Amino acid sequence: MQPLLQVRNLRKSYGSLEVLHGISIDIAPGEVVAIIGASGSGKSTFLRCLNLLETPTSGELCFDGKPVEYGEEGWGWRREKQLQWLRSQIGMVFQSFNLWPHKTVIENIIEAPMIVKNVPRYEAVAEAEDLLRRIGLAEKRDAFPSRLSGGQQQRVAIIRSLAMKPKLMLFDEVTSSLDPQLVGEVLNLMASLAAEGMTMLAVTHEMSFARSVSTRTIFFDGGVIAEEGPSHVVLNHPRQARTQRFLSRTLPVIGPAVTVAEIQSGQARVAQDLSAGA
Amino acid sequence: MQSVFASLPGFLYATWLTIEIAVLVILLSWGFGLVAALGKRSRIAILRVPCDLYIWFVRGTPAMIQIFAVYFGLPQFGISMSPFVAGVITLSLNSGAYVAEIIRGGLMAIPKGQYESPIALGLSHAQSFRRIILPQVARIILPAITNEAVATLKNTSLLSVITVVELTFHAQIVIAKTFQPFQFYILAALIYLLLTTLLTRASALLEARNAVRS
Ligand SMILES: Nc1ncnc2c1ncn2[C@@H]1O[C@H](COP(=O)(O)OP(=O)(O)OP(=O)(O)O)[C@@H](O)[C@H]1O
Ligand SMILES: [Mg+2]
Repeated sequence: MQPLLQVRNLRKSYGSLEVLHGISIDIAPGEVVAIIGASGSGKSTFLRCLNLLETPTSGELCFDGKPVEYGEEGWGWRREKQLQWLRSQIGMVFQSFNLWPHKTVIENIIEAPMIVKNVPRYEAVAEAEDLLRRIGLAEKRDAFPSRLSGGQQQRVAIIRSLAMKPKLMLFDEVTSSLDPQLVGEVLNLMASLAAEGMTMLAVTHEMSFARSVSTRTIFFDGGVIAEEGPSHVVLNHPRQARTQRFLSRTLPVIGPAVTVAEIQSGQARVAQDLSAGA
Repeated sequence: MQSVFASLPGFLYATWLTIEIAVLVILLSWGFGLVAALGKRSRIAILRVPCDLYIWFVRGTPAMIQIFAVYFGLPQFGISMSPFVAGVITLSLNSGAYVAEIIRGGLMAIPKGQYESPIALGLSHAQSFRRIILPQVARIILPAITNEAVATLKNTSLLSVITVVELTFHAQIVIAKTFQPFQFYILAALIYLLLTTLLTRASALLEARNAVRS
């Protein structure tokens, strides 16, 4: 199968400091990839290069079979059009939910489909309401974000991205600023997305997510991919000494391994797995 | 008292001119201020340096000198304007420099994530700025921008020195005829007070409405 995303020898420098030293990876459609690694290892920078929030210093990106000409950093109408095309197909969710405080929940969700894809308002609203029902927040439709809990805000941020019908979703530590009891609801939503076949790249500190939802785990260390492979292998039997060191310093991985199929069929819930692991 | 009542229609007309000038100047100052604020944030030196100089010069010199320089000074180079036009332009440029600093502060108060999330969803930079950033900046700066508008309204009285017959100059004309400076300066002051009070009340209402909608 043709990869959805191909990354070849991606490098990123800030001034004279190179923080990504040539990353290469293929992501197949439907893959759920967890990215783990120490603080400062370049995980966020890598994600941000994929939707070009950061302009790579060099390297090749190919999305959905088309090479991405990201060009030089700077302005230009044609460059912006190309980047908008890419970003409208790659959703990104941040650690700090970044909902727009001056817009209601529904306005947050319909903004991008209406403005970027020219979806008529009634259609965008109908789709947004469907998404809200799905996450059980239909009654928050006209609330402002400040009235929502952190977990609710982050779930709205996720469906705000989904409203663009992206082919790839990027998550950057989306549960890190949540109270522990709110982490489960966000991870559950991500697990159900994974079960539906969404292609996902998630930087995470939640080992239970990496273990039970992701199909592949990538370990970043010092701006390179130090180890990668099927999640159960990387997390349970890491080959590299530095992966072992990193994993032994993070929370022990407890709880049964749960497959996506089990989550889908309702046999297992990530939240329970989490509460067992917490 | 008789003469005060008799003079009211004239004062009404002068008040209207003051309002006209103030509204024009306030709107223009927002335009100048926005451009200068964005220019000052630019990474490109040919945009940033002129904006920097403009803000620095205007805030560091008296408004009165600026008005004299434009109205009396520019005709030396063949640029003459009516008192009204010269006054409106000078006051707008003057207030614009203060507005620029207010807007710059507002832009800095917006978290980085608010700039990134619309871009990540595919909005253009212009769309993100206009639809996501600017409305938030407007709310943050409302109190400061209201103060500046009040100052501007009062500063329109400076235009009396270049013969714009706004409220202050009109009062002086009437006083020259009636020799009743106390009554007419108080009348002018009360009219300014009414106008500035309306302005601050409107701003407070807007602020209350924003507080509900967030
Ligand atoms: N805008 C920037 N300018 C300069 N250096 C930066 C910038 N952004 C990131 N860096 C540097 O790049 C390196 C990688 O940062 P990055 O945020 O990608 O790490 P991370 O793996 O996401 O860490 P964390 O787990 O703390 O989020 C760090 O050394 C950081 O200081
Ligand atoms: Mg990070």
